[in-house]
Amino acid sequence: MDLTFSEEETEFRDELRAWLDANHPGEEPAGDENAEFAWRVEWQQRLNEGGWAGVHWPVEYGGRGATLMQSAIFFEELGRSRSPLPGNGLGLLLAGPTIMAWGTDEQKDRYLNPILSAEEIWCQGFSEPEAGSDLASLKTMAVRDGDDWVINGQKVWTSAAQWSKWCMLVARTDSDAPKHKGLSYFLMDMEQEGVEVRPLKQMTGGTEFNELFIKDARISNDNLVGGEGNGWMVALTTLMNERSGLAFFLQVRTRQLLEDLFGYANESGKIHDPCVADKLAGFYTRAEVLRLTAYRGLTQIERYGQPGPEGALTKWMWSSLNQDVTQYAADLIGPEAITSDSHWSYELMRARGNTIEGGTSEILKNIVAERVLGLPRK
Amino acid sequence: MRFGFDDDQIEIQRTATALLEARSALDRVRENAEAGTDDNGLWTELCELGWPGIAISEDFGGQGFGLVELAILLEQAGRTLPAVPLLPTATAALAIQTAGSDEQKERWLPGLATGEISGAIGVAVNGRCEVAACAPTAAVAVLFDEEGGARLVDLADALVEPVDTIDPTRRYSSIEGPGVELPGDTDAAFDRAISAMSAELTGVASRATELAVAYVKDRKQFGTPVGAYQAVAHMCAGMLLGTESSRSASYHAAWAADADESKLSEAAAVAHIASVEGARDVTSACIQAHGGIGFTWEADPHWFYKRAQLDAQLLGGTSESRARLADSIADRVGAADEADED
Repeated sequence: MDLTFSEEETEFRDELRAWLDANHPGEEPAGDENAEFAWRVEWQQRLNEGGWAGVHWPVEYGGRGATLMQSAIFFEELGRSRSPLPGNGLGLLLAGPTIMAWGTDEQKDRYLNPILSAEEIWCQGFSEPEAGSDLASLKTMAVRDGDDWVINGQKVWTSAAQWSKWCMLVARTDSDAPKHKGLSYFLMDMEQEGVEVRPLKQMTGGTEFNELFIKDARISNDNLVGGEGNGWMVALTTLMNERSGLAFFLQVRTRQLLEDLFGYANESGKIHDPCVADKLAGFYTRAEVLRLTAYRGLTQIERYGQPGPEGALTKWMWSSLNQDVTQYAADLIGPEAITSDSHWSYELMRARGNTIEGGTSEILKNIVAERVLGLPRK
Repeated sequence: MRFGFDDDQIEIQRTATALLEARSALDRVRENAEAGTDDNGLWTELCELGWPGIAISEDFGGQGFGLVELAILLEQAGRTLPAVPLLPTATAALAIQTAGSDEQKERWLPGLATGEISGAIGVAVNGRCEVAACAPTAAVAVLFDEEGGARLVDLADALVEPVDTIDPTRRYSSIEGPGVELPGDTDAAFDRAISAMSAELTGVASRATELAVAYVKDRKQFGTPVGAYQAVAHMCAGMLLGTESSRSASYHAAWAADADESKLSEAAAVAHIASVEGARDVTSACIQAHGGIGFTWEADPHWFYKRAQLDAQLLGGTSESRARLADSIADRVGAADEADED
């Protein structure tokens, strides 16, 4: 057990810190989502120029070839410096690694570089109105027509679709095959008539995600990934990638919210109220346990090549902690925290989505119960 | 940031698990608990293996390992609840090693490290400790007080009276008597003691989770194992979360004690809070998962519930740790904010 970073890891962190200090993107543009997104795309371009965009990507694909630990450090430092996630986050975290794992050489040549440079933005077309957690019951159809596939259906919760050039699309290519087996994984060009993007307004007032209405959209067979009928396997690669690096970014962000709250309690003198101190200490304990458990998960993957029980627990821990911290912030800060457009009111409302997005807490508990504890399914 | 054990540690864990599962099976725990007896044979055996002195320097007859290795043993002891004074003896020794004078170390450590004598720990208010983890034969106690000090009490000169607590798996006593201050860093001694205890609590929570999971897989109602019902399954998932939270915090605290003293104070407070709350919640859920059977004397979950309740108070409640932790973080954040303004 060595809970320090190795010399190489410390060097990596220090180099990154220095770079982030010198290249910090500054304040987020307020109020305008298009401007905010453009700001995050510029941020990715700057990261890419510094060689930091595809930290976890292999060197042969233009990445830094970072180890798992370095990748965790990268996301932790990104959060710590209060920098945003890069604009093409879904491309970097999901599309890129999936294409590397399953794509043809032509697909790798064509798609990977513009992901890194954020020239082409990516979105993920998995969920549908009738298929949320039950991903295998997707209904969007892909029908072969010559060298193309013709797509009809509807997708939902598609983040960044309004800015995307490409969509990782899972569609049914065989409606007779059992649920999991009739699916295929496509790279769909979003810039075509058959794809309509409608923003979904969230309870925060923002529109981070969209609905996709797909009517007779066409995808060349060259853009099938992993072969016909293997969509489920390919999609699983993507989903596994989704959770690893991001966890380190998110846990730091929650920790920062908590530190901000400590700062507020200091300035206002409320920290001297034992009830306040007691609450904050409880949150800090959970934040620290989350950080440590995330690192334990990493040790597990390094040693055994697969995540242990820790992996399934950290998203659950993080989402409930973030909700509790922001809720308590509202209690402590008072009216300002429930005034529209205040930082804390946004955090409070945004946190409400945390236990739903990327796997609801109920589904995560099912996963823990079935796959980790081995409890029977009903 | 790597949590993996090295080969020695894996071997220690393997040995401890196998030995304690064989020698402190649940019927044996029950036998000692109901008779109010200690397992002297097992204690002798553990002493021959050097367990009480595993974290004590070889200069004083110990094994020269650290708190991580002691935590590995205590976690298994928490899983199996052997009727032996391992936690109090090892922790008293660790406190003396950390904060004792040379004379105190020479006087007490060799006996404690080899298990020739056993130790006691607890918290004293106005010089009296109401409930110390203390074998009737213990020779020396380390009592922490509210002001952050610690006294070493030679039990030959003290009034030691058995106390019946709700936890019959271990012997407890009140202690009243003169003692001498440990002159060294008693905060560091206390932090090591709560870190060690958090390892025991991790084991308690871990076994309670195992028992509940095994039971709900087996127990059928309406023709279905009750573990297939989500209300039950999610409760068990929550038990794993509580257990693993305790484990993460406890390993971190043990590591900090061995490798980075500057992190120990916060790490120990976090471990104290996470393990006490984890173990109390998890052992309570274990009884719930067993239904009516879980509330009977005949079932085993209550041993773990009771141990969790006793450990939760043995070295003071978690409110103290929460207050200390909040102070520490507030200071750190305040200092960083001031630096930003400069």
